[in-house]
Amino acid sequence: MTSPATDHSVPDLITPSWEYAPAPEARELATIRSHYGLFIGGEFVDPAEGGGFATISPSTEEHLAEVALATASDVDRAVAAARKAFGSWSKLAGAERGKYLFRIARLLQERAREFAVLETLDNGKPIRETRDVDVPTAAAHFFYHAGWADKLDWAGLGASPQPLGVAGQVIPWNFPLLMLAWKIAPALATGNTVVLKPAETTPLSALLFAEVCQQADLPAGVVNIVTGAGETGAAITGHPDVDKVAFTGSTAVGKSIARQIAGTDKRLTLELGGKAANIVFDDAPIEQAIEGIVDGIFFNQGHVCCAGSRLLVQENVHDLVVDKLKARLATLRLGDPLDKNTDIGAINSAEQLERITALVAAGETEGERWSPSCELPDAGFWFAPTLFTGVSQSSRIASEEIFGPVLSVLSFRTPDEAVAKANNTPYGLSAGVWTEKGSRILWMADQLKAGVVWANTFNRFDPTSPFGGYKESGFGREGGIQGLAAYLAAPDMEA
Amino acid sequence: MNTTLASLPILEVPMSLVLPGEVSDLSEVTASESALRGFLHGLPGVDQVGAEKRVATLSTRSIKKASKGFALDLAIRMVDLTTLEGADTPGKVRSLCAKAMRPDPGDPEVPAVAAVCVYPDLVATAVDALAGSGIHVASVATAFPSGRSSLEIKLIETRDAVAAGADEIDMVIDRGAFLSGRYGQVLDEIVAVKQACGAAHLKVILETGELATYDNVRRASWLALAGGGDFIKTSTGKVSPASTLPVTMIMLEAVRDFAQLTGEIRGVKSAGGIRTAKDAVRYLVLVHEIAGADWLHPDRYRFGASSLLNDLLMQVRKQASGTYWSSDRITID
Repeated sequence: MTSPATDHSVPDLITPSWEYAPAPEARELATIRSHYGLFIGGEFVDPAEGGGFATISPSTEEHLAEVALATASDVDRAVAAARKAFGSWSKLAGAERGKYLFRIARLLQERAREFAVLETLDNGKPIRETRDVDVPTAAAHFFYHAGWADKLDWAGLGASPQPLGVAGQVIPWNFPLLMLAWKIAPALATGNTVVLKPAETTPLSALLFAEVCQQADLPAGVVNIVTGAGETGAAITGHPDVDKVAFTGSTAVGKSIARQIAGTDKRLTLELGGKAANIVFDDAPIEQAIEGIVDGIFFNQGHVCCAGSRLLVQENVHDLVVDKLKARLATLRLGDPLDKNTDIGAINSAEQLERITALVAAGETEGERWSPSCELPDAGFWFAPTLFTGVSQSSRIASEEIFGPVLSVLSFRTPDEAVAKANNTPYGLSAGVWTEKGSRILWMADQLKAGVVWANTFNRFDPTSPFGGYKESGFGREGGIQGLAAYLAAPDMEA
Repeated sequence: MNTTLASLPILEVPMSLVLPGEVSDLSEVTASESALRGFLHGLPGVDQVGAEKRVATLSTRSIKKASKGFALDLAIRMVDLTTLEGADTPGKVRSLCAKAMRPDPGDPEVPAVAAVCVYPDLVATAVDALAGSGIHVASVATAFPSGRSSLEIKLIETRDAVAAGADEIDMVIDRGAFLSGRYGQVLDEIVAVKQACGAAHLKVILETGELATYDNVRRASWLALAGGGDFIKTSTGKVSPASTLPVTMIMLEAVRDFAQLTGEIRGVKSAGGIRTAKDAVRYLVLVHEIAGADWLHPDRYRFGASSLLNDLLMQVRKQASGTYWSSDRITID
């Protein structure tokens, strides 16, 4: 106030400080077994060769559980179980399949807190995200596809489209349960059966999902979950009795899968990396654009294939946006992922932390590095939110996917330049446009070579909306009516 | 594993710019009607979906234990205990003043509220009842709540309330003039009322429930700040919706940006519709994370409320004893 009233003794709080007390979600909500087998044919079984590996909590490096390592013979068993189940599952009336999916969706909702805590422990992402995004969106995918199960004749693929058979699905560690839902829900709704491998650093929510399948009385073998690393994944994608391969992960692995199955009659969808441009025009709603930039790159520690990792700002608001962004980043709360007030959690693995650290080190010479002052916990894998300004198109940090909380800031002058820079990447998964001008949003969406273009928002997902990439971000779509096509064939193709 | 939460960094980022364009001196933008219009319409827009999402996220902050105790205590200190009814009596105002000074007679640790807010004719009664307590007397003025009167009447009413001893004047803007684009008229009124206030602090009520869009709330906020309002206040409490979290967030952004632009600290008052301690804590989280910790002070943020105080008292008791009081144990006024 311009002239504080000295004659009024409003109690003075000289140095206001408001430290939020720890507000951890109850860890006991998630029951973690000491050992997990493979989920094959409706039950947990031991792996043939008896191998296993540990999964740890990335925020503390605490050992969580020992998980079975599936080898080729286990994958054989799983595919055989899926093939056996396919016979009756594919002939079940759509409405009956839908009932199972609805049941699974409701169970995910009922056990939402348990899933959220488990996912946060195993992945390192904040409970606020698993509670408010991962788990509810996973349930939404099952609800959405449950509704499709008896309406496939109207999916635009001709009368009586047919399921493909056994789907081999390999998913990443960044959204373990949500990616499982994106894969399993459409596959089941369309009458396929599934062999799915979760990522080796985040197997626990998939194994809890296996329990949900049991709880829902899903017929044995419709969903099989095998755990392991790259070799297990390759055994699934290369298996001769797998009809359909769906993979979400890195572009390098996606390419090797494409090579592996070239020449076979397997159908393939790939959802790979990205280096999305988040484009801010001078007439943008600035405060909301700042939030969108934060959501774009710091959501899930930047472990998002469609993350807005390249910020393109119109030059006349560049300094304003950077200043406001820095002020905003200084308020982010980094720490215990189970704390309900945490905004930034842990990096998923030591390996990923190493990759981020190496790329950021390379970026030191390419731009000006900035992070808010924030204390990183001693144990676990952590990386402070990081901003690079003065970055150019040719910088490694502006062209390579970092998959971490690192934002490169570039500027542009004209809409044409923004489009040219945004499209100047081997990837094409997503993009964001911030402007109050509706016609420009439509023009930009038309010009941008990206599977998803968000206007005045970022990183929003909905089961009704197809998701997928152009160029080296992969092909095929997941979600929406378009996503069904990846799991169905017209009747004449099957004949 | 729950001990490693890094402390919230203090916002210490040097800002070179707070608004698009080269605005550095507000006297330039208020020099003419066209300059004023250009400035207000040049402010960045507010995306409604994004603004409401931000508020929804901040509303999930979980404030527990000592941090909740701090918030409850602070919220009580920030209350403008209000009665604005045609049926108000000197007796009711005296009773309210007693409550303002000792909200919980059984617990001397509970602080006094910031101010008592009444109609002008009851200012003298409140001043008398609060003498020596340090609690401010706030009076609504300027043909509250509609503002439908001549400037002359509004100024007389303001001077009258100040003469009766009001420390703070809560004026209403002319929403008709604002919505029809006569920004200069609204500004001139605020400037004139501010002058009539003399040493009293001026709170400018935007009546956001009638402004309809967040863009308008942002423009009205800057207009009121440019006009010299010490506080910008959401609502009269006589129009629905009264205060909302998104509207308060946008006003807090304006006050924060105004401070960065001019170096002058102004305050925000959320009034109307805030009835529970839980709501109050959500508002304080906005103050904390949008404006910054510097605004966690009764000179910089207020709640205009009547029933809120009792819920805060209930929660304070709950913090201390672990059990809820019966409402019979808390005085109604």
